[in-house]
Amino acid sequence: MTSPLEQKKIRITGPSMVTANRTWDGAVVYRTAKQGWSTELSDSAIVTTSDEARALLAEATADDVGAVGPYIAPVELKDGGKVKPGNLREHIRAKGVTIDLQVPA
Amino acid sequence: MPLVKQGRITTDLFVHVADGAELPGDGAVLVTAERFLADPEALLRRPGKLGVLWPNNRSLDDLVPHLDRLASVALVFPTFRDGRAYSQARLLRERYGYDGELRATGQILRDQFVFMTRAGFDAFEVKKDADADAFAQTMKRYSVFYQPTGDGRVTALNRRMQLRHSESAGQ
Amino acid sequence: MYAYDELDRTLINERVSEFRDQVKRRLSGELTEDEFKILRLQNGVYLQLHAYMFRVAIPYGTLSSKQLRRLAHVARRYDRGYGHFTTRQNIQFNWIKLAELPDALSDLAEVGIHAMQTSGNNMRNVTSDQWAGVAPGEIEDPRIWSELIRQHTTLHPEFSFLPRKFKIAITAAEHDRAAIKIHDIGLRLHKNGDGETGFEVLVGGGLGRTPFIAKTIKPFVPGRDILSYIEAILRVYNQYGRRDNIYKARIKILVHELGIEKFAKEVEEEWKAMGDVGLTLDHAAIEEVRSRFSYPAYEKLPHMPDELKQAAHDPLFERWRKNSVSAHKVQGYSIVTLSLKPVGGPPGDATAEQMDAVADLADKYSFGEIRVGHEQNLALPHVAKRDLPLLFKALDRLGLATPNVNLVTDIIACPGLDYCSLANARSIPIAQELTRRFANHDTADLIGRLHINISGCINACGHHHVGHIGILGVEKNGEEFYQITIGGRADENAQLGTLIGPAVPYAEVADVIEDIVEAYLALRDRPEELFVDTVKRLGVEPIRERVYATR
Repeated sequence: MTSPLEQKKIRITGPSMVTANRTWDGAVVYRTAKQGWSTELSDSAIVTTSDEARALLAEATADDVGAVGPYIAPVELKDGGKVKPGNLREHIRAKGVTIDLQVPA
Repeated sequence: MPLVKQGRITTDLFVHVADGAELPGDGAVLVTAERFLADPEALLRRPGKLGVLWPNNRSLDDLVPHLDRLASVALVFPTFRDGRAYSQARLLRERYGYDGELRATGQILRDQFVFMTRAGFDAFEVKKDADADAFAQTMKRYSVFYQPTGDGRVTALNRRMQLRHSESAGQ
Repeated sequence: MYAYDELDRTLINERVSEFRDQVKRRLSGELTEDEFKILRLQNGVYLQLHAYMFRVAIPYGTLSSKQLRRLAHVARRYDRGYGHFTTRQNIQFNWIKLAELPDALSDLAEVGIHAMQTSGNNMRNVTSDQWAGVAPGEIEDPRIWSELIRQHTTLHPEFSFLPRKFKIAITAAEHDRAAIKIHDIGLRLHKNGDGETGFEVLVGGGLGRTPFIAKTIKPFVPGRDILSYIEAILRVYNQYGRRDNIYKARIKILVHELGIEKFAKEVEEEWKAMGDVGLTLDHAAIEEVRSRFSYPAYEKLPHMPDELKQAAHDPLFERWRKNSVSAHKVQGYSIVTLSLKPVGGPPGDATAEQMDAVADLADKYSFGEIRVGHEQNLALPHVAKRDLPLLFKALDRLGLATPNVNLVTDIIACPGLDYCSLANARSIPIAQELTRRFANHDTADLIGRLHINISGCINACGHHHVGHIGILGVEKNGEEFYQITIGGRADENAQLGTLIGPAVPYAEVADVIEDIVEAYLALRDRPEELFVDTVKRLGVEPIRERVYATR
């Protein structure tokens, strides 16, 4: 789970998307194929080559007002086209914390 | 890039002269520390004001002997997160008594104006026009200062002590 | 309590209004994220995995009930109903919207709370002993000095863009509860041979990628000179601290690279060269700040009130009292620690309801005052002993009377990969599992004092290097692994822990910790020998052998 802050060279090894946090509220957002952002992972533009990834990231980065800190992250494509987060970090960002916040009485 | 001096946007009389570039015959110039130190006397004899652009990682020791003959010292903020020139500015003003123009150059945004002024800067090569326009307004943001610096602003502690003094005198 | 005057209030409001303008410029695109980042960090705003995180300062760990209620209000109004107390006397909110932050700051400013410099490369919250002013045997209240330094380093015109963050902690007690030896500057208040009050100044402590225990740079700096001496240290650091590599930019690296003698010489020369620059604190100036700390009007109370004698028959009360109640400097009063480490809960979290309830209890039983310690627990600093039984019942109902203070389940943990964008691995679920494994209070009592510290990455926010047992999350091929160290400590005998063996996967951490504790119980020479002393006496090897023999 290398921090995206250290993501320097762009080389992807499987299906990937570009994600960031929305500027005004910080919400997790995904870059869509329509050059916008969505809070749904299923809306994200999926890229499979490093060149595509670089292009998608460049375009997302250009929208500095819309979202903060875009980076490329892996996804898993399930049967039927369902998109799943490709690692634990992205799983947590998509689904929320893994801990039970309710303190047992 | 607008220059703010004495609180106002003004025409910059100084020309930045790059190393190796020919000096104009007269008029005010800003030269690099290296060029200056190579032959300070020749440059100081030249007609027209002289300013030196001093890097933020170079000791001030080589500059100090010439301070009273310089019209400007420009200190550098390569990025606005690099704060070394704040220390240089305070030392020039407060320790070495430099009273010529002290210019901030580099990535200068309105969000540093108060800090810079307090550290002794009085001229600013501002990156964005909107920030230069907002100079006077930005300088009014703060009315309370905790630290004593050479700018002479009264500190919170001094104001408290004065208040105490006047209260006890009134009793 | 320190009471803000008009000047302090004005400054905070001016800061809020400046930040409101900065946020506006960011949202309109006038400021790029690159430009804005430093500005938001200087106001305590991070960007984490899910959202912005907002860190609010609790200077020297002192809060009024009114302030705590306002923190509860922020949790409720702008966040998801809870907050997380950190290891540096701050509280963090995890789900703040940038567009609403100026309003949250403004609400806090009304009660004299701010978030200035809780992040960024500047002077962070000046921390102190959470028992300051009430601990028996204290030289004097260290918060007066903390406040003097806080003011001096707030929006400092020279030191707001240092090479890296800068943390100061102060203690005035024999036992260091402020972890001063892992700070950039640690200050130990003491008296010299002439009875004059001053500071032993330590410098260059810090954890992270390259941990160091702070070294003494000057054994005695008179109180009146402390601001100028700190100014000299900061000036040397600002000029010579490395800016080429973020991992080498802390003052500890400069001190290490120059050597403490050379560094001390640089500081001494700068200090001498400074001369009188208006930083000497005369008696009147110190008294000015001291006069704005108020102390309760304690009653004259018996050492052992009847209420306490009667309650002694209740084993649950007695267990809690022995664990969580500490001696106060005034007879008839106690300091009560409120454990934020319930079994199965996230360490250091408190809900808005708990905060409100604690504020009410503080009004009722503690002269309206609450303290926050670096161990991520709260304290009520002035509880009359006769009130302890009723307070216990109230705290128990709130889930704040777990009798585990300083025991194995009193775990310090950073937010880890569940929240933090820097983390490599999760911290909180590890802590939760450990509290379940050691949920039996008899077992925990048998084990005795044992600090487990967990960090989700090398930045070490969970202070794992100085945990009696330290757990560090790392990543191996996309999986969470944990390195375990033993023998660290954060107090006056601060020491970095030693690695006990190869990193273990997430699912095995709790087993290994249980085995380490088992090994200690078998190896200690008497029940009073603490875990950390056994490790010191025997070294790591005998424990390693037992733990890894079957692995």
